[in-house]
Amino acid sequence: MKELVLMKGNEAVAEAAIRAGCRYYFGYPITPQNEILEYMSWRLPEVGGVFIQAESEIAAINMVYGAAAAGVRAMTSSSSPGISLKLEGISYLCGSELPATIVNMTRGGPGLGTIQPAQSDYFQAVKGGGHGDYRLLVYGPESVQEMVDLTFLGVERADHYRNPVLILGDGILGQIMEPVCFPPFVELASLPNKPWAATGRHGGPKRVVNSLYLEPEDCEEHNRHLQAKYQDMANIEKRWETIQAEDASLLVVAFGTTARICRTSVENLREKGFPVGLFRPVSLWPFPDTALDKLLGTGRVRAVLVVEMNAGQMVEDVRLVACGRVPVHFYGRMGGMVPTPEEIQKQVTNLL
Amino acid sequence: MRTVFEKPATLADKPTHYCPGCTHGIAHRLVAEVLEKLNVCDRVVGVASVGCSVLAYDYFDYDMIQAAHGRATAVATGVKRARPDCVVFTYQGDGDLAAIGLAETIHAAARGENITVIFINNAIFGMTGGQMAPTTMLGQKTSTTTAGRESQREGFPLRMCEMLMTVRGVAYLARVPLTNPGNVARARTAIRRAFQAQIEGKGFALVELLSTCPNGWGLTPRKALRWVDEVMADYYPPGEFCVEPGDPDGGRAGRPVSWS
Repeated sequence: MKELVLMKGNEAVAEAAIRAGCRYYFGYPITPQNEILEYMSWRLPEVGGVFIQAESEIAAINMVYGAAAAGVRAMTSSSSPGISLKLEGISYLCGSELPATIVNMTRGGPGLGTIQPAQSDYFQAVKGGGHGDYRLLVYGPESVQEMVDLTFLGVERADHYRNPVLILGDGILGQIMEPVCFPPFVELASLPNKPWAATGRHGGPKRVVNSLYLEPEDCEEHNRHLQAKYQDMANIEKRWETIQAEDASLLVVAFGTTARICRTSVENLREKGFPVGLFRPVSLWPFPDTALDKLLGTGRVRAVLVVEMNAGQMVEDVRLVACGRVPVHFYGRMGGMVPTPEEIQKQVTNLL
Repeated sequence: MRTVFEKPATLADKPTHYCPGCTHGIAHRLVAEVLEKLNVCDRVVGVASVGCSVLAYDYFDYDMIQAAHGRATAVATGVKRARPDCVVFTYQGDGDLAAIGLAETIHAAARGENITVIFINNAIFGMTGGQMAPTTMLGQKTSTTTAGRESQREGFPLRMCEMLMTVRGVAYLARVPLTNPGNVARARTAIRRAFQAQIEGKGFALVELLSTCPNGWGLTPRKALRWVDEVMADYYPPGEFCVEPGDPDGGRAGRPVSWS
């Protein structure tokens, strides 16, 4: 029988990463993700791992860079302003092709903003954020269980692609307590060897972990290699969920916490006989464009409503897919305000 | 015939990009000589920084990691914690270590990270064309202090060893000018002690090498060496500042700076 544990989202993410083989965590306090740091501080020593409370988010991401370069599974977490500070390091991780697991429990911005939940870091997460042409594998979970599952998967995918993975949560997902079921511990000894890692030559040729290519021809070649890898990721890693979307004439598109609220709205509207469905991107990069395109291509969907806790970010990706075939409307709350199911229902009925 | 001098085997056999008269070459050689002497080359991981020594990974024949500007000691922290058996060193200039990376430097020292830092202080940003560094001397002309550094406008040069002397996690701390054979031999000793401190698990070790930048300073190599001895070494007194963990200013040649 599955064992269920009642656990806070932040702590569950930490435990999931440890079970996926992550034994090195470097972080800096910022609300609303402090429980990740606190959990790691006692839990990692229990399993023979290393926890360091760094002097800054910048130092933390660079400790991750060092540990990842030395071939171990490493992780950091933060919330919006702290992720902004980590972006240079994230760009370096991508440039040097180092795996890492990063969690952003998003809060409202810009600036110091608020400690309440938001989705206003979508652009930052999926469009780059840091400098250079790079991509992260970005997951947008809607529950504590899904956060556990996607973190567990993400740690492995990061190693597979030698690329950072970002879990884009928010203040609600970090603070909420839900029953969760954890996967068993990954055997560290069973993890694939990393012949590229800098661990001392030990008689072999030297390894160099580096993102500098001074010759433009070399740097373009390096970029071509990275883009080919991102294309592989785009081909393989798209994830989404549809809820009553098959016969819907109005399709709501939302991710994370907002998708969870929209789920309730869709159920309520269906009970009243409204033909409404929900499309929920689970991977935010790569965006599940082909699945959405297929839904919109049936001709049944007459209008799309994108709901986000920001001023309208993912809606741009939805509009790219819709490409003018159906009107794409947007409803957003900002600055830590969370929409209610009734609020969303009103938006939908106004469109129908 | 007897060989009296040869290039260390773990230093690449190729020309470096360093300018004529620059002491980076000597510093590289000393690091390689010491690591070979200590017989640890197979378990060395070096961290190159951003600045003139950014390409150090091309010259050292060890596993190397290139770090973001200022973050070398944070990167080295990650490596050493993940691989405690590795001998981990960073190679950083004054802009990297004392300007943008000051927090990383001091906190790595405060944690007593068991790493060795080779700090090149040449009082200037060399790679970017000779701008003011945190260690630029008062009166020194750079491309951003064309009339000379003035304390009222640009503040005072930072003395890193003196600052780190107050930090309890430091196990070894020394400053040596790379100006003549005697000083180069002293620098080799200091670098050896700094790596030995790490190998013995004693904590954070740093060697500050007062170095030349003839191009950046607008001096001939010979005059540049004299400027290090006469101007830099006067403000940055050479010596061992700390030779045991938790024992600041207890070194054999340590000289606490007098502010009177």
